[in-house]
Amino acid sequence: MQDKTHSSYKQLEQKSKYTNLFLRWFLYFVLVIFALYFIFPLYVMVVTSLKTMEEIRQGTLLTWPSGLNFDSWLVAWGGRGYGAGDTFLKPYFWNSIKMVVPAVFFSTFIGAMAGYVLTKWRFKGDKWVFLFLLFGCFIPYQAILLPMARTLGVLGISNSVIGLVLVHTVYGIPFTTLFFRNFYVSIPSELVKAARIDGAGFFKIFFKILLPVSTPIIVVTIIWQFTQIWNDFLFGSTFSFGEAAPIQVALNNMVLSSTSVKEYNVDMASAIIAGIPTLIVYVLAGKYFIRGLTSGAVKG
Amino acid sequence: MAPAVGLIGWFVYGFVIWTLYISFTNSKILPKYELWGVGQYVKLWGSRKWLIAVDNLLIFTALFLIFCVVIGIILAIFLDQKIRAEGVLRTIYLYPMALSFIVTGTAWKWILNPTLGIQKMFIDWGFENFTFDWLVNREMAIYTIVIAGVWQSAGFVMALFLAGLRSVEDEIVKAAKIDGANLFTVYWKILLPMMRPVFFTSFVILVHISIKSYDLIVALTQGGPGISTTMPALYMTQTAFHKSQVGLSAASAMMMFMAVAAVIIPYLYSELRRENAR
Repeated sequence: MQDKTHSSYKQLEQKSKYTNLFLRWFLYFVLVIFALYFIFPLYVMVVTSLKTMEEIRQGTLLTWPSGLNFDSWLVAWGGRGYGAGDTFLKPYFWNSIKMVVPAVFFSTFIGAMAGYVLTKWRFKGDKWVFLFLLFGCFIPYQAILLPMARTLGVLGISNSVIGLVLVHTVYGIPFTTLFFRNFYVSIPSELVKAARIDGAGFFKIFFKILLPVSTPIIVVTIIWQFTQIWNDFLFGSTFSFGEAAPIQVALNNMVLSSTSVKEYNVDMASAIIAGIPTLIVYVLAGKYFIRGLTSGAVKG
Repeated sequence: MAPAVGLIGWFVYGFVIWTLYISFTNSKILPKYELWGVGQYVKLWGSRKWLIAVDNLLIFTALFLIFCVVIGIILAIFLDQKIRAEGVLRTIYLYPMALSFIVTGTAWKWILNPTLGIQKMFIDWGFENFTFDWLVNREMAIYTIVIAGVWQSAGFVMALFLAGLRSVEDEIVKAAKIDGANLFTVYWKILLPMMRPVFFTSFVILVHISIKSYDLIVALTQGGPGISTTMPALYMTQTAFHKSQVGLSAASAMMMFMAVAAVIIPYLYSELRRENAR
């Protein structure tokens, strides 16, 4: 029976070979056109950053640069070396790193613990607690900006990297909890029960049983949090200014500053510098990035 | 557990309630705590700028949704045809998701630059009367935000649909083909209707992204020319931090909150029910 269906299916495939051939060309054509649309801005950014302003004025967006000229990259990263008004990305890049590393660590750790409790120490109403946390993924942050600004002021950490670490840790928890909870749900609870009977405590079970098998979800969570926090602009621009600003805020300030003649090559180099860390992570660990994207199915 | 619940309870729910309370007061630079009624909401809905913001949000949401979903579905279905180099194409379609809205906005602002961008490209190619000045055109500027937004998020919809299509049993498709259905019918009549939950998820995620959209507008148009591309999120921060009208901005934040809640709560409810049924 199985064989018969299979062979009639084969025949059918054969018959429509020519229509198929045309269809396949059409498929590839459409897919490549879209690929060009998606690649186009990246291409424009890279070639513009390698041109001089003279070349930019003479050529078009697509014109190939005359050579590998990294001058605008150096200016974007380290400035021109004359004091006032010379903004460049280097210090803000480090601000972002100092902000991202602890915020990713704390939010991931707290999320792992919360996911562990929600799945392995079931209690009455745990579904509601999960829902209570989950809603936090979606709230428009405008609804918490005003009290947050005051809280940071009261704590004396407004306009500081520490303040931003706190903000990103807190508002990352709903996402990290979601990831770990969905992962731990699929791990058999028998293991945990057996360990409990053997007298293992809360932390011992977590560190000895769950943590060793958690590598994939830890990778997903770290990549997700890293991308979200690195790319954040709303919190960065609201709770910091001047020297404490993270890189996205600095990039925006650089591009919008109207002090001198517009240098589009430097703008593009800056944009690439601000985008490159997350882009590298995406290229190296795209699988985990996509898993976070589709399993959480949320982007703030 | 306790730290997670405590932090979220305070920083999410506590803060939202604080904002709600402030929206019923006459707070200017500093919060005042005596109640003032719904005056801020009356003021908000009487403000021309807010009405423009809401109008823009509706236009943006509609177009953003349609284009992201249509492009996402086309790409997902086409990629599902045992395509060579699928991995490379998928990587290309999705990489914008890894970039921030500020980087996206900066790049598109340059591409759409009315003197040196796309317009110049076409003029240099011989289309001498070609004009493309949407970025500085009051009527058209909102559509530049749609272009950049769709570029950023269409790949995400593709990923959702591709995952959905891949989870359908091969046998269903084969059986339909043996019954004489062509590829178009298979997708239109069988597979797409099966993707109902994916449509729902995409709808919820995209609407919620668009209600919150802020960075992209700041990077691309700053709400301009004039106030023609203002959106609620931009209105809220400007009212709070530039105009120091804390009460009014709290009211606008609560309107955004309610809009998101109206979309998200039914979604979470249905997700939870699905899980309970399992």
